[in-house]
Amino acid sequence: MATIEISCLHVWREISNYLDGEIDPELRRRMEEHFKGCEHCSAILDGTKNVVRLVGDGRVFDLPAGFSDRLKTRLQKELDD
Amino acid sequence: MVASTTIRRGFESRTPGMSTSPASPALKKASRTLQDELALLERVCAGEKHLFYELIQPYERSVYIAAHSVLQNEADAEEVAQEAFLKAFSHLTSFRREAKFSTWLIQIAVNEARMKRRKDRKGLYESIDEQNTDDEGDYFPRDFADWREIPSESLQRNELRRALQKALASLDEKYREVFVMRDIQNLSITETAQTLGLTEASVKTRLLRARLQMRDALAPGFDGAWKIGDGNWKKVRPW
Repeated sequence: MATIEISCLHVWREISNYLDGEIDPELRRRMEEHFKGCEHCSAILDGTKNVVRLVGDGRVFDLPAGFSDRLKTRLQKELDD
Repeated sequence: MVASTTIRRGFESRTPGMSTSPASPALKKASRTLQDELALLERVCAGEKHLFYELIQPYERSVYIAAHSVLQNEADAEEVAQEAFLKAFSHLTSFRREAKFSTWLIQIAVNEARMKRRKDRKGLYESIDEQNTDDEGDYFPRDFADWREIPSESLQRNELRRALQKALASLDEKYREVFVMRDIQNLSITETAQTLGLTEASVKTRLLRARLQMRDALAPGFDGAWKIGDGNWKKVRPW
């Protein structure tokens, strides 16, 4: 069965849902066909994946130095009162 | 060019709070079972106050990041995080056991941070509509360059962490909050919607824009390399 083509604009609208698996299988198939033939859209997909993977890593946003000690001290003080 | 495999913790079946990084605080959460957590919670509720820090310790970072996503200031976020934990303590008996403790804490932090923001902006113009409405129309990506994928190990470099933090700070707050809950805190779409008081459709709309803007803000790639054809890369940034 031939895949119905999908526009770049349509792909951009759905790219986040595509990454989250929040689209139906038919749309997913059409988008995957599109990525095969569209350098721009596949570059956007790869870059966006890279951003999401890196920020989800856990090392990007550290607690300020001494945060835990200050929190413990505050809790001790307030909970003991 | 198109990665066929699903990245990270799998977009289709991601596990909230889990990460692949060995240094991730999420691993601390994994070492405690839900039963352990509930047992600890019951002991605190029964009067063992000294165990409260042990109960919330795995979520220090999540609560701080939630507050920071709203306030964008380290000192304010820390103060609000402390307040949020104190508030959680005083309302611990009202925590519904079927909910996720982490999500409950994050929600308290977001509410506390929003209250502080409102207080600090008192007298300044702040439209409720601006927060609660989504931008109409499409966001068009500005950058179409193909990036060389940056491995997670590169996060050890401060330049990369700073670039990510700067890009995040450049987002409008309504997009930043959704992005932080979903992609940094790893909440589900449903949990993000509940935490921020939005519809799931609104979360998806804002997430799309946030992700595309983050990518554009970081273009041309974290290590400053553009693909110039036939697998060759040209460095355009110093790091």
